[in-house]
Amino acid sequence: MSGGALAAGGIATAAIALPALGFALGPVAEDTIQDNWRDVGPESDFNATTYVPKVITIVPEVGGEVGKTTIYVRKAIAADKSPSDKGAPLPYVAISTRCMHLGCPVRYVQASQRFICPCHGGVYDYEGKVVGGPPVRPLDRFYTKVENGRVLVGKRFSLDSHLRRYKPRDPSNHVDGLWKYLYPSRPTT
Amino acid sequence: MTPPKPPLPNSLKRRPDRPGSQPLTGAPGGNGPNGRNGKAAVALRKQQQREKRKQQLLEIPISVVGWLDERSGVSPFLRAFMFRKTPRGTNWYYTLGSATLFAFLSQAVTGVFLAMYYDPSPSGAYGSIRHIINEVWLGELVRGMHRWGATVMVVLIFVHMGRTFVFGAYKYPRELNWVIGVVLLVLTLAMAFTGYLLPFDQRSFWATVVGVNINASGPIVGPYLADFLRAGPEFTATTLSRFYAIHMLLIPVLIAALIGAHIYLVTKLGTTAPPWLKAEKSRDLAKEEV
Repeated sequence: MSGGALAAGGIATAAIALPALGFALGPVAEDTIQDNWRDVGPESDFNATTYVPKVITIVPEVGGEVGKTTIYVRKAIAADKSPSDKGAPLPYVAISTRCMHLGCPVRYVQASQRFICPCHGGVYDYEGKVVGGPPVRPLDRFYTKVENGRVLVGKRFSLDSHLRRYKPRDPSNHVDGLWKYLYPSRPTT
Repeated sequence: MTPPKPPLPNSLKRRPDRPGSQPLTGAPGGNGPNGRNGKAAVALRKQQQREKRKQQLLEIPISVVGWLDERSGVSPFLRAFMFRKTPRGTNWYYTLGSATLFAFLSQAVTGVFLAMYYDPSPSGAYGSIRHIINEVWLGELVRGMHRWGATVMVVLIFVHMGRTFVFGAYKYPRELNWVIGVVLLVLTLAMAFTGYLLPFDQRSFWATVVGVNINASGPIVGPYLADFLRAGPEFTATTLSRFYAIHMLLIPVLIAALIGAHIYLVTKLGTTAPPWLKAEKSRDLAKEEV
């Protein structure tokens, strides 16, 4: 009797607790970002010498201003070929404005050719590599392609200090040296 | 043949008069000035009636409390809880815990009423806070109490912790209560963190982005923790409702339960005397030392 009651109580508790826990923790194991390509304008909008700011929608289902973000786009030159490029390099460089210290929005300053973060003084050079302040790795980028003369922007990816590509990580997560073993890539990204 | 009447419950039975409250019977009869129907006797009887009614009215709350106590048996517990002994030298510093508790209750009450007007959606959150501040009757006051009360609670819990540390009140046998208190401190800070997002203006949005990324900077578990808080790799509409649920349901329940355990242990173990009071020597020890 008492053993059966204990077992029944345990099963009932598990039947409530496990789905609730999975419901709350599910997003940790789920890839929620769709692989969608966003049109940011005709090829004539962009050049190889300076960045053009464009607003894209990262999370379409949010609505309003929250799901949007600014990116900086320019035409790629030969020096932009990544060491991890297999085949054709990306035709355009699309840089994310998410600072790699703690995620504040950086802005591009044309006069100094630097990306500057207003929060804690992170500074990045023309390619998005860290030249000052607390950020731990270069600015993230987005995949790009050209279709019918329009520039399309795809998924985000992260880069190490040699501009090799990695799966996207959170700001403040290292991808260089021994540090990178402390910040595993997650199923969500 | 009529059956006997069912027994009345005690509360409905006519009570016998208290000794001494019966009308005087030894007085002479007749209608004279001192007789049974004389003026003085009637006035006396009226006054006795009033006294009796007053006594009966006073009995009502006592019998209600008695009814509850008889069925719950709560009075020994309440007596031990409310009238427990405190050491000599107890002073105003010992009220900081109660002050923190009161700050929590104030947050709970104002929070419940704010929830009646708040809309936890990315498009409606900011507007609903504007609406509370500008249009709802006394909304500015209630929202201000919640917003400033949060700061007051964090300050008070730290001062309470400092008092406990400086007075050495965390030592044996009160270590477990210190541990519970530290968990309460962390939960209070988690309340402050999750509540900060809810107005959903530029400051709270970017402060939360930074706060979540600080979580992400923790080694190994950090990225997963950030995913849990954001409900995915990006800041979405789900993030706001998730913070709202954590802020108004998950953590308050945990805090209330742990406050119960905290106060139970305080009652069980008693409070410590301030450190500047020396313990009295027992008589036997004093004799031996002589």
